[in-house]
Amino acid sequence: MNDLHHQWRKAKNWIVSGLCFACALMVLLPLGLVVFHLIRMGASSIDWAFLTQLPNRAGEPGGGMANAIVGSLILISLAAAIGIPVGVLGGIYLAEYASDRRRASIRFAADLLNGTPSIVWGIVVYALVVRPMKGASAYAGGLALALIIIPLVIRTTEEILQLVPNGHREAALALGIPKWKGIVFIVLKTARQGILSGALLACSRVAGETAPLLFTAAGNDSWSRKLSEPIASLPRQIYDFAIGPYDDWHRQAWAGALILMMVALAINVTVRILMRGSSLPSGQMTQM
Amino acid sequence: MTSQPQTSPNTENPQPVATAQPRPTPGPDQPTFEVQGLNVWFGERQVLFDICLRVQPKAVTAIIGPSGCGKTTFLRCLNRMHELSPGARLEGRVRLLGEDLYARQVDPTLIRRRVGMVFQKSNPFPSMSVADNVTIGLKLNGVRRKSLLQERLEQTLRMAALWDEVKDRLQANALSLSGGQQQRLCIARALAIEPEVLLMDEPASALDPQATAKIEELVLQLRRQLTIVIVTHNMQQASRISEITAFFYAGKLIEADQTKKLFTNPSHQQTEDYVTGRFG
Repeated sequence: MNDLHHQWRKAKNWIVSGLCFACALMVLLPLGLVVFHLIRMGASSIDWAFLTQLPNRAGEPGGGMANAIVGSLILISLAAAIGIPVGVLGGIYLAEYASDRRRASIRFAADLLNGTPSIVWGIVVYALVVRPMKGASAYAGGLALALIIIPLVIRTTEEILQLVPNGHREAALALGIPKWKGIVFIVLKTARQGILSGALLACSRVAGETAPLLFTAAGNDSWSRKLSEPIASLPRQIYDFAIGPYDDWHRQAWAGALILMMVALAINVTVRILMRGSSLPSGQMTQM
Repeated sequence: MTSQPQTSPNTENPQPVATAQPRPTPGPDQPTFEVQGLNVWFGERQVLFDICLRVQPKAVTAIIGPSGCGKTTFLRCLNRMHELSPGARLEGRVRLLGEDLYARQVDPTLIRRRVGMVFQKSNPFPSMSVADNVTIGLKLNGVRRKSLLQERLEQTLRMAALWDEVKDRLQANALSLSGGQQQRLCIARALAIEPEVLLMDEPASALDPQATAKIEELVLQLRRQLTIVIVTHNMQQASRISEITAFFYAGKLIEADQTKKLFTNPSHQQTEDYVTGRFG
């Protein structure tokens, strides 16, 4: 009787921990499948031509996505140049200066913006910039991406700054150092790796955004000579090619998707390495 | 260095890095701090009641009392750190060498350069080397000359009795030092800007007996050069290192007297009960 009871207890334990393991596996499985599938379909198509040539005319095999890759880099740089300074300064205000009530409301607003579907940003920029300027442009695309970056960077910067022990701020003030100098030269110095990581992750997040670029950056079959012209981007090019009728386009779409995935991977690895040297408790960043 | 008239009573380190306006030369008997009718609140809660105390120059004044009696709050009123706490409010007068600390035109950052502070939990800046921790106060207060920084670095580390232990690893991260060394590094950091007063908030409470002994030794060394106010919950420590002891209880200053008298022949029953270990 007692033995049977013992067996049943062991069996229950086995069943439940097995279930938990299966659920954990369901997180890893899609990632594995996506990476595997992307490599299988795309790896063979990433060659010199793909990286250096413009797309061929519709239906002609060959060519590449060079303009889209460069276009994406330009758009992300523009977005970073606008979004990171605004986001970091906003985060500093939130963590170091805002009163409790103001902090709560700004944090709530930033969280709300972080949950806003990215197509909404596209429409906003379309109405505010594209229409008055009478045309899509790299500026408009960069701005749309920057608007996604700002609330993300505000929140990560704020959270990282809150990890800096208050004792450091007090020690700086007790040395007769003005508050702003203490923040710039001591608090930020302690938090810089974390803030940089947050900014990088935000860039990685917008690198794959398609919706906000649809009617802001539009697309371009060739190189853009000016930032005020429509510009190609990798996600947009993948979208166009993937729904196109030609097998060669599909092949290139897979290759483009693999490149996007590798960019995200590279940024995440960089962040891991950065945070390893940080003097703050880590492990929080990569979830954001 | 500024070229302002030498007014500091500290003859071995005569000039603070940055001074406010020239201030009157203190007379020989002028107390470093003169606290009158100090009342302090956190929000609605009053934590200090009508404190009056004179802190003698170039001596160690110990502040003792049970936890929560307002010792630390009192200390933080002496360099205007109290007002940084949310909801902090204060009435009364605190004079530093005759100058009203809370006068409207007084810049608190200038006060804090004259009145240094060491905290209960050692808090060296983690992203900086040992050397940078000491010189950061000078650098951010506008001192740029390399030779001067170098000179002050060695001088203050010697004052903090740390030089021999760290001279070969000045560029090492400050967190690589032991707990006791870190606290002495914080003392060196506070001394580097040449304050006239050093406030110490239970500086040895987190340290082992050996490290504590070193801090106490250091306090005895430093008192020849500057005024020290030290909060401690350790009565033996107060009796070992201070000339004057002030006993706080429930937000009130019960008694302040020569340390020897306060511990052997206190004037108040409450003090006697506390120092003989009957409560607290």
